[in-house]
Amino acid sequence: MNSNPSVASSAESNDPSSAKSGPALVLEGVRKVYSSGGGETVALDHADLRVEHDEIVALVGPSGSGKTTLCSIAGGLLSPSEGKVIVAGEDITEYSARKLTEFRRTSVGFVFQSVNLVPYLTARENLLVVNELAGRGSRRSDAKDRADNLLKELGLADRADNLPGGLSGGERQRVAIGRALMNEPALVLFDEPTSALDSKTGDLVVKLIRDEIKARGTAAIIVTHDDRITHYADRTVRIEDGRISA
Amino acid sequence: MKLALREMRRRPGRFVVAWTILALIAVLLMFLGGLLDGLLGSQTGAYRSQQADLIVYSENARESLPRSQITPEVKAEVERVEGVAEVGSLGSTQLGARPEDDPDSRDLMAVVLFGYEVAPRGVPEDPPGLGKVVADSSLRSDGVSVGDTLLIGPARTPVEVVGMVDATTYSGQASLWASIETWRAVTDENRPDLAGRTTVQALMVRVEAGDDPEKVAAAIDDATGETKTLTISAAIEALPGVSQQRSTFSQIIGVTALVAGVVVALFFALITVERTALYGILKAIGASNRTLVGGVVLQALVVSLAAALVGAVAALVFDVLIEPGALPFAATPARLLTSTMLLVIAGVVGSAFSLRRVLRVDPAAAIGGTP
Repeated sequence: MNSNPSVASSAESNDPSSAKSGPALVLEGVRKVYSSGGGETVALDHADLRVEHDEIVALVGPSGSGKTTLCSIAGGLLSPSEGKVIVAGEDITEYSARKLTEFRRTSVGFVFQSVNLVPYLTARENLLVVNELAGRGSRRSDAKDRADNLLKELGLADRADNLPGGLSGGERQRVAIGRALMNEPALVLFDEPTSALDSKTGDLVVKLIRDEIKARGTAAIIVTHDDRITHYADRTVRIEDGRISA
Repeated sequence: MKLALREMRRRPGRFVVAWTILALIAVLLMFLGGLLDGLLGSQTGAYRSQQADLIVYSENARESLPRSQITPEVKAEVERVEGVAEVGSLGSTQLGARPEDDPDSRDLMAVVLFGYEVAPRGVPEDPPGLGKVVADSSLRSDGVSVGDTLLIGPARTPVEVVGMVDATTYSGQASLWASIETWRAVTDENRPDLAGRTTVQALMVRVEAGDDPEKVAAAIDDATGETKTLTISAAIEALPGVSQQRSTFSQIIGVTALVAGVVVALFFALITVERTALYGILKAIGASNRTLVGGVVLQALVVSLAAALVGAVAALVFDVLIEPGALPFAATPARLLTSTMLLVIAGVVGSAFSLRRVLRVDPAAAIGGTP
């Protein structure tokens, strides 16, 4: 499963300096149980997964299979019932809600299905939100340059001052990708990023995702039904009934 | 925080309805407050403008000026009490007044003629000469001006208006300020049954600097054994109708503020439901609860402040537009400020009802819908 065994030795290290060379994500025996009504639902059962620092993993499976849960746990949106979660060398298993909020702000990027952007902010401001949430006012001009560069890379230089309402679906998803990359995350999570797009635009966005992720040497997990994505990914992980079958 | 303010700037339309309703409530709130202050002012102006510390009534007067009688002997006793710096007689008679050029007018101006020794604010230290008075400026709305002569009471005793003073009405009636001699002469002529009396209605007392007025008041009552001495502020509250008006208006104002709070609560409850998905996204990308909750409270604060501003401006404009004496209304800075604070508190408390919903939004809901 390890495509790069030479760096596996630093996998368990909590040293942040290992972030760029160690795995971006390690899940060990992760289990997630939801209690609903009187019964319990096992959404994820003893999941082990390792994503290297520059690897793109496509996560596929039928709906209700647990891929959303896995993605949420990897991104610090949910805490596991059992097991261990290490993102870029940082063990977040026992983090409180407050620490998880800060972790998400600084260490992961998210691109969601359709509702993604703040509707009353321009494309550029949507990228800068990440910085504002962190209260990093002093580096505002740096952040602005960074946002403009990202928008340029994504082919949105002339759309920077448009509100989301004035952008096409593909452009909106590209802005969302830009936002996910703003905080220079070690891991970017994509939740069915092309499901709301037509096939041509979807294709473009998928290529863009691959280019951006590979250019940065960042890891990505893409939850998808889309065959084109599995084609562009380094590896496809299947999940069924909460169990991973590589 | 910045996000919340930017939303208001970019999408003012969303907030206009809530702001409009709140602004109308603010106008109502400040109008009610102004009316209360105006009413209280017109009832109590003559007392409010007093520069004395204490007022001495006779014990059986039930703290009412017309019922009170103070003899020269009592005055002499009060003057001897320790801590008393100055004692001045105050005589008062309620009468009708007519303009000089229309001695048979049936349209009487209700006035209170005061004879004074300790001057209220705006009235000369030395009372005007015999047959002369300083008139309250509310008489302007009856066409009275400086230099006019008024005919007082059934005897139509002439007095000349030699000056004007603001805000010294008593029980809603305009006051005329005169020397004790003028007051006694006019009263004797109009109330022959009372002629020859040497009593006045009350005494105005200034206490020595540094002495506690309450203690001096008690000392005065102990010394005379037949007086009831109050501080001026206590005497104002004891005036007929004052405390009733205050409590009635306060209740109306309280209910109005409650309505403002409910409006804000409903508005933000609605807007929060609309924003649930957005809050999910923002939490997922690392917005803290504090940021989001702070944003809601900040928006409520801005909306209610903007509404209060409209109310305050309306109250001030109204205050300028109405003629003095035409309607009891006063837009005082203190009232505008407390109304603004009341509205802001109502707004913030109202918005607080939505905070639980904001806190409950699960960031995990941003991905693939809730499990």
